[in-house]
Amino acid sequence: KRRMMMNADLRRERAAATFQPELLTHILDGGAERTRRRKEIEALVLNDPDFQHEDLNFLSRSQRYEQAIRKSSLMVMKLREYGIADPEEIYWFKSFVHRGRPEPLDLHLGMFLPTLLTQATPEQQDRFFMPAWNLEIIGTYAQTEMGHGTHLRGLETTATYDPATQEFILNSPTVTSIKWWPGGLGKTSNHAIVLAQLYTQGQCKGLHAFIVPIRQLGTHEPLPGITVGDIGPKFGYDEMDNGYLKMDNFRIPRENMLMKYAQVEPDGTYVKPLSDKLTYGTMVFIRSLIVGDSARSLSRACTIAIRYSAVRHQSELKPGEPEPQILDYQTQQYKLFPLLATAYAFHFVGAYIKDTYRRISGDINEGDLSELPELHALTAGLKAFTSWTANAGIEECRMACGGHGYSRCSGIPDIYVTFTPSCTYEGENTVMMLQTARFLVKSYTQVSSGQRVTGMVSYLNDLSRQRIQPQHVAARTVTVRINDPVSLVEAYKARAARLVEAAAKNLQAELNHRKSKEDAWNRTSVDLVRASEAHCHYVIVKLFTAKLSEISNAAVRAVLTELCLLYALYGISKNTGDFLQAGILTDAQITQVNQRVKELLAIIRRNAVALVDSFDFHDVHLGSVLGRYDGNVYENMFEWAKKSPLNKTEVHESFHKHLKPMQAKL
Amino acid sequence: GVNPDLASERQTASFSVEKLTAWLDGGAEQTRLRRAVVEAIERDPVFSRENQYFQSQNERYEAAVRKAVHLQKKMHEMGWSQDGPEFKYIDRAVAGDIAFLLHRIFMRSILMLGSNEQIAKWIPLASQYQLIGSYAQTELGHGTYLQGLETTAVFDVTTQEFILNTPKISAMKWWPGDMGRSATHTVVFAQLYVHGKCYGIHPFIVQIRSLQDHSLCPGIIAGDIGPKMNFEHIDNGYLMLQNVRVPRENMLNKFCEVQPDGTYVRRGSQKINYFTMTSVRISLISGEAVAPLMKACTIAIRYSAVRRQSKLKPGEQEAKILDYQTQQEKLLPQLAAAYAFHFINDYLQELFDRGYREIQRKNFDALPELHALSSGFKAMVTQYCTSGVEICLRACGGHGYSLLSGLPSLYTKIIASCIYEGENTILLLQTARFLVKSFMAASTGQSVPPSVTYLAAAKPRKCPAKNKLDFLSPAIYTEAYQHMAVRLISSTAAKLQDLIQSGAKKHDAWNQCTVQLAQAAKAHCHYITVKNFAETVEKLESKAGIQKIMKHLCDLFALHGIFSNAGVFLHDGYISGAQMDMVTASYLDLLAIIRKDAVPLVDAFDFTDKSLNSALGCYDGQVYQRLYEWARKSPTNKQVSPAYEKYLKPLLHNTRSKI
Repeated sequence: KRRMMMNADLRRERAAATFQPELLTHILDGGAERTRRRKEIEALVLNDPDFQHEDLNFLSRSQRYEQAIRKSSLMVMKLREYGIADPEEIYWFKSFVHRGRPEPLDLHLGMFLPTLLTQATPEQQDRFFMPAWNLEIIGTYAQTEMGHGTHLRGLETTATYDPATQEFILNSPTVTSIKWWPGGLGKTSNHAIVLAQLYTQGQCKGLHAFIVPIRQLGTHEPLPGITVGDIGPKFGYDEMDNGYLKMDNFRIPRENMLMKYAQVEPDGTYVKPLSDKLTYGTMVFIRSLIVGDSARSLSRACTIAIRYSAVRHQSELKPGEPEPQILDYQTQQYKLFPLLATAYAFHFVGAYIKDTYRRISGDINEGDLSELPELHALTAGLKAFTSWTANAGIEECRMACGGHGYSRCSGIPDIYVTFTPSCTYEGENTVMMLQTARFLVKSYTQVSSGQRVTGMVSYLNDLSRQRIQPQHVAARTVTVRINDPVSLVEAYKARAARLVEAAAKNLQAELNHRKSKEDAWNRTSVDLVRASEAHCHYVIVKLFTAKLSEISNAAVRAVLTELCLLYALYGISKNTGDFLQAGILTDAQITQVNQRVKELLAIIRRNAVALVDSFDFHDVHLGSVLGRYDGNVYENMFEWAKKSPLNKTEVHESFHKHLKPMQAKL
Repeated sequence: GVNPDLASERQTASFSVEKLTAWLDGGAEQTRLRRAVVEAIERDPVFSRENQYFQSQNERYEAAVRKAVHLQKKMHEMGWSQDGPEFKYIDRAVAGDIAFLLHRIFMRSILMLGSNEQIAKWIPLASQYQLIGSYAQTELGHGTYLQGLETTAVFDVTTQEFILNTPKISAMKWWPGDMGRSATHTVVFAQLYVHGKCYGIHPFIVQIRSLQDHSLCPGIIAGDIGPKMNFEHIDNGYLMLQNVRVPRENMLNKFCEVQPDGTYVRRGSQKINYFTMTSVRISLISGEAVAPLMKACTIAIRYSAVRRQSKLKPGEQEAKILDYQTQQEKLLPQLAAAYAFHFINDYLQELFDRGYREIQRKNFDALPELHALSSGFKAMVTQYCTSGVEICLRACGGHGYSLLSGLPSLYTKIIASCIYEGENTILLLQTARFLVKSFMAASTGQSVPPSVTYLAAAKPRKCPAKNKLDFLSPAIYTEAYQHMAVRLISSTAAKLQDLIQSGAKKHDAWNQCTVQLAQAAKAHCHYITVKNFAETVEKLESKAGIQKIMKHLCDLFALHGIFSNAGVFLHDGYISGAQMDMVTASYLDLLAIIRKDAVPLVDAFDFTDKSLNSALGCYDGQVYQRLYEWARKSPTNKQVSPAYEKYLKPLLHNTRSKI
């Protein structure tokens, strides 16, 4: 039936595909069984009348919040009713219910409860966990302040221990210390885990976490000493009540400090935690989620832009012939297909990090933290690299849809505004890149002093051999075969090695000239960010290439190989300076790369629609008139527009209020 | 008082901010006039934008209509007129947040395309707001490609009327501003048919709403197209026409006319239509692209001087984020670009005025060049400024994401400029067509327009720079840009030629080269921008330190372009690997130099706090206090949300039984 209604262009596109999209969907999901289960959960949500509502584009911010909180409360109950407990399945359920948008209980479910589990003592769990599980307590995680974000040590909120009453006194001593941004804080939560500088016995012991009640149970009114509210409208996140919190001499019992690791004894004695590396684990986990999110958000935007480009006809390519699909224009392919390849690349990278984290977290629980620093450095960089790329890519997809992309009915504005804060949250991207750079420079220094390094940076080991001759690291000739992904991995490796070495040498030169380490670091930071980017780019090309050999179906492998080649070659053509300057590729090879990119565009063209169909986004989840599976775009744009709030009455009230009086007067 | 971190930035300015402002304005007298107009508008509470971020689409629209109506009164009061010197400053003061902008385009199209009789009939009505006009060109199915429009206007000889129709859904007019709710009339572009023959796209004045009760006229279906990324205050509309009849006199007929018997007469050159587009493309550069980038730079740079984060030196205070090299590398090139494009706008304006004078003398020779330049620069400048605003937004971290920073609305507004008045990729390809043609002509010794004579000149093969200081010479970098532009244009032209010679059809060959062609067009515009910036600096007197700082900005703009497009300069070895390291070194040195004047350089743009409408960008730098106070005014903090009673309360109290 669906087929009957389908736009003729899309039907043709799908018939011409050289592979079965379902097979690729299974690969993305991690197996046919996972796909089946995902669709089962999707159906639970889609067929549930409780989760249906008006198009959110037509609702005001407070209506959106209201819808979200309504759905969230139902979601929690239904998850338990259906017995969905696997984290990935919860994630699916949640993202179908909220259609990929944030929701007011995100912080309660994603931060408050897990923090209780990992950082609360058994006694504290008894007091807080079940009430929180039962939503009598709704909590948030209040870390970021007006004045400080990624730089945690700079946070200014204080918690001063008073041994006389055995309480902590919480204060927001400055305007900049007001907690700002935590999701669910503005209107929803009645508790918060507050991060504050602990003072006891007159000494500052650094940041610690405290459970702070902020609203009266029953009336939901703020408690005395607490000022709490919503931080106002944002670019996106309309359904989220990001909030502020100001505390004035607010007292909480000693037992409200999360004390599984660090402790304050009744007399005020401070007991240090055993290791501070453990918090790395959570950060790695959340950043790895952002890598997957980059892939998914970019996939959604690609799905919309590519389907629409197959439906939209414009201008002429050949005189006298009908207007061609805009997907046939080279410039359009050049905008969209590299992004499509990127979306696939990021999917595989996201899956790799998730698996690696899962593997390593076993070791962590057994106290083996040896692999953590590298994974930490890698996820920081990849979080930044993928979110920056996806952020720009979503916008390119929107622009590729021309004027209609600008309408909210395209769905892309919403994807963009929801996604773009991930460049900032969980670690500002530039700061993340510099963390990765710190690891790279450290590894480089180790290699220079004769040690060997392992893992993704092991290419730096090759540098030690280069020491013998005083030549540039990459001046050795790499014979690059531009049609061979494995050979391209080597080219990216050489580029990363060259840029890491250049940054490390520049840093050393600055150190030789200046006194302070920090100054030298700052004066090299543009180079350092470039080095990190090159490293991440190499890792992505490497992982994408490695994935190809795992794919058994020949047709799927063929199409993914084309995408992998496009990803690698496009990356070279966008960064030709690095490859030329290091002598990795010649002028003639760069010309070939540019030419090959365009040939690949034409090859991928025939599978473009099938490749986005493989992402398998349901129309409801996609939320786009332009990206509909059936391609019936124009009719539905008209239907959608009729529901606009400005169209509620035939003659807008402004006519009577302003226009008519003016015309009478003039 | 002013935040001391911002005050200290101003004390060390190397130049006179006031003098730079006056120079940017075109003289101290202009500055005085601008400030007077802006002040008069901003003092009037009707024009306040303070609540804008809290308002719904309906409220924004109503406010925009109210302001538009009030502006008429205000102009009368103040003795300002549409043709007066104050008018462009009114635009700056209201920051586009006003209805009836399309009413102006409606009038302009009648003035340009209408006969004297039509002008005499419609313009007085429009200026008196006895009717409200719109301009209906774009359809659901077609935008930039005008020939593809599907609305029809069939001439009926018996009644001497045109019958207008929307034959299919994709032919529905879609996007025209002021049309969804406000307009009573619109200029509709439709395919003209006379006696069964199609004569192409022509403009018709069509009444769509009653002048009495504002209800839709018979045969008209119109409404608002729904929420967009921005322009919530504008009722972009749709329009469907069903056998709507308009008298023969309603076709705008200065250049083409259908006579009573159906004879079609064309007068004058069709090229003149290009001229309208050219004028619009040039006119939007300053207000719609450069001004938003200047505002974004003002906000981001002031905020970066106030925000302190992490420590650069142990034991010291946390550092201003503006002191971080990575932050400078994000913001300062955008600041340099804002200046570069301010000057390119002057250049284009002058070129346009000269061209306009020639056209009035019926000399159309300059049109192709003017058209190519306006297309290319519209595309390049809007794209560059859009990405610049986005960089500023992201450089403000989390707070940039709040609407109260002012940056999201600047961004969502400026991005529309990449599409309207011609989609940028298509415009670049139009420029490329002109460049390839000029290159062919130049290489066979024919004369070419002045802006492209460089295509014929002989070039040195290698960049002569010997150390990093050499790259601070405008002659060195301008030549590098010129070389790069020539190489990209000539190699693309050669490839096009090759493809055709090896048997490819012309249009196929063209499509296969379009990625390169667009790149070549951008390179051309980039080169002209650098060259013009360098020439502007050279012409400046060295007084008041202005020339010196402008020279730094020019160097930065040029070297940033080489640094971020290293591959195209390295490609044929014009710049060597070692020279590229010199470029990088000089470029990074410049960041630290310009850093010292960053705040004075944005102060010189002279935007008032009200026009920035940003908690982060205020002149006094009281960022956090303002953010806090403004947020508390959010309706979400004043109104009681029904969500608590309806959903939260049952959730908090009743859950145990349900779970």
